[in-house]
Amino acid sequence: MSDTAVTAVAANRRNAPDRRVMPIAAISTSAIAFIGDFFEWFGNLGIFFWRVLRAGLTPPYECRELIRQLDEVGSKSLPLVALAGSAIGVVISLEARYSLSRFGAKSMFPATLVYSVIQVMGPIITGLVVSGRVGAGIGAELASMKVTEQIDAIEASAINPYRLLAATRILACILMLPLLTIAADACGLLTGWFAQALVEPLSFHQFVESGFKGATLNAFLPPTLKTMVYGFIIGLIACFQGMRTRGGAEGVGRAATNSVVLGSLFLMLADVVLVKFILVVFP
Amino acid sequence: MATAQSTSILPEELEESGREPVVAVQDIHKSFGAHKVLNGINLTVNRGETLAVLGRSGTGKSVLLRLIVGLDKPDSGSIRICGEDIAGLTIDQLGGIRKKMGFLFQHAALYDSLSVADNVAFPLLHHNKALSKSERADRVSQLLLEVGLDGNLDRMPSDISGGMQKRVGLARALALKPEILLLDEPTAGLDPISSREIDELILKLQKERQMASIVVTHDLFSAKIISNRLALLDQGNVLIEGSFEDLERSDIAFVKEFLKQ
Ligand SMILES: Nc1ncnc2c1ncn2[C@@H]1O[C@H](COP(=O)(O)OP(=O)(O)OP(=O)(O)O)[C@@H](O)[C@H]1O
Ligand SMILES: [Mg+2]
Repeated sequence: MSDTAVTAVAANRRNAPDRRVMPIAAISTSAIAFIGDFFEWFGNLGIFFWRVLRAGLTPPYECRELIRQLDEVGSKSLPLVALAGSAIGVVISLEARYSLSRFGAKSMFPATLVYSVIQVMGPIITGLVVSGRVGAGIGAELASMKVTEQIDAIEASAINPYRLLAATRILACILMLPLLTIAADACGLLTGWFAQALVEPLSFHQFVESGFKGATLNAFLPPTLKTMVYGFIIGLIACFQGMRTRGGAEGVGRAATNSVVLGSLFLMLADVVLVKFILVVFP
Repeated sequence: MATAQSTSILPEELEESGREPVVAVQDIHKSFGAHKVLNGINLTVNRGETLAVLGRSGTGKSVLLRLIVGLDKPDSGSIRICGEDIAGLTIDQLGGIRKKMGFLFQHAALYDSLSVADNVAFPLLHHNKALSKSERADRVSQLLLEVGLDGNLDRMPSDISGGMQKRVGLARALALKPEILLLDEPTAGLDPISSREIDELILKLQKERQMASIVVTHDLFSAKIISNRLALLDQGNVLIEGSFEDLERSDIAFVKEFLKQ
């Protein structure tokens, strides 16, 4: 398909030597190159995923490395995620109090806070924080292993690096993100309530009671579990960027940056689809 | 040992002596982009034999070794390890063959997050699960002793010298008792005494375990001691192959130039 597009551009050049057409041709050539690169990247990502999946699903299972990664992704991200969740809780609390009192709907405060934190902000903030910390970490670690031939050394030792390095890290991200999200939610609710309680008397018990009144598991479980998809995206892209790195220290830096940038970007794009999906499936 | 009448083995796999080469590289071509590195190389190594590969910097010696372990794929040609063609094997299928091979990288390629001892233990940990912790530790210190390292086993690779890293890499390559040893400049960066120790070790392994080795080296003295045969690469091909004396007798200007040290 891109072949015909390229020949079309070439034909365009031959038929119209007019100067004014040239920039358009140049732009379309670079656009085609960009689209070509993008599809190539995506294709390679698909092949990479297939390799990891096949390696991860067949024995030997690398349990020791998985546990190490669960600790690396989970426990070590916890303080950061808790902090980010707490901050968001306060922000939402302040905003909600202001807007709700303008519309005279102050009694809605607990429910507003609960729903904004658990359904919207908790998951995405956790995703972005983990993408920054873990995505960059995995990207840089694997990239530096790649450029110093350590990944080749693993392979030469008859160990499948897709199984040992990639499958474990991706699975750790998938398993840990929902748990981290719950932690962020809890911190957010706590600080949100606290910020409110400083201004107006509101016991924690009252807050929880009215915040969760009439709520079903359907309202809270899907938004939390969707973060498994975030984890998958963060882990997959970071491992992919890391393990395809070339070219020394600069390549390592690029891999770390790309892991974060692409991971966060695809995470937010996926969120658009996920939110719609959840609204349709769990009304 | 397979006999010549055996139908499962093709005649070209058999040397005149009736022995099957452990490593058989046939008509390998390899380019990186427009840069042609290997241009139809043929090499064989038998059990208990050491082949020294010589050549100028950048002639593709390291690339050749990487192709033999299957880390890179050749553009064309075949590589047979113990009679099995490695082209088209998946990474897990290659694993069985790779367990028979010990590979020392040119820059050692030690795992920088693991200590020296853990680097050597790494292949054992994954492939010899039956080994107890203390058995593994014994085996590791024995391997490190073989390459001339003792004490400081808990140090990190970044804290030891380049020559020591090389020896740790060699110990790691020997961990699974390989039948085939592929060494990329094992004595580069080592002092003469350590170099001779490594040479002795390679000779010993060749004698005791009938190990087949391919040793890339710039050290002519060591090449002369350890190898049964030498191959001098030039412009992506084997320029001359034979014993050290054969090379010395050669009239080719490049060979004369190369041996003049
Ligand atoms: N991954 C790669 N991509 C592009 N070119 C490569 C790659 N690997 C090797 N080359 C090229 O192949 C050629 C041979 O490299 P190789 O490392 O095999 O040389 P060598 O014979 O081992 O040299 P030295 O004695 O210095 O180690 C070099 O010109 C190098 O630029
Ligand atoms: Mg080399």
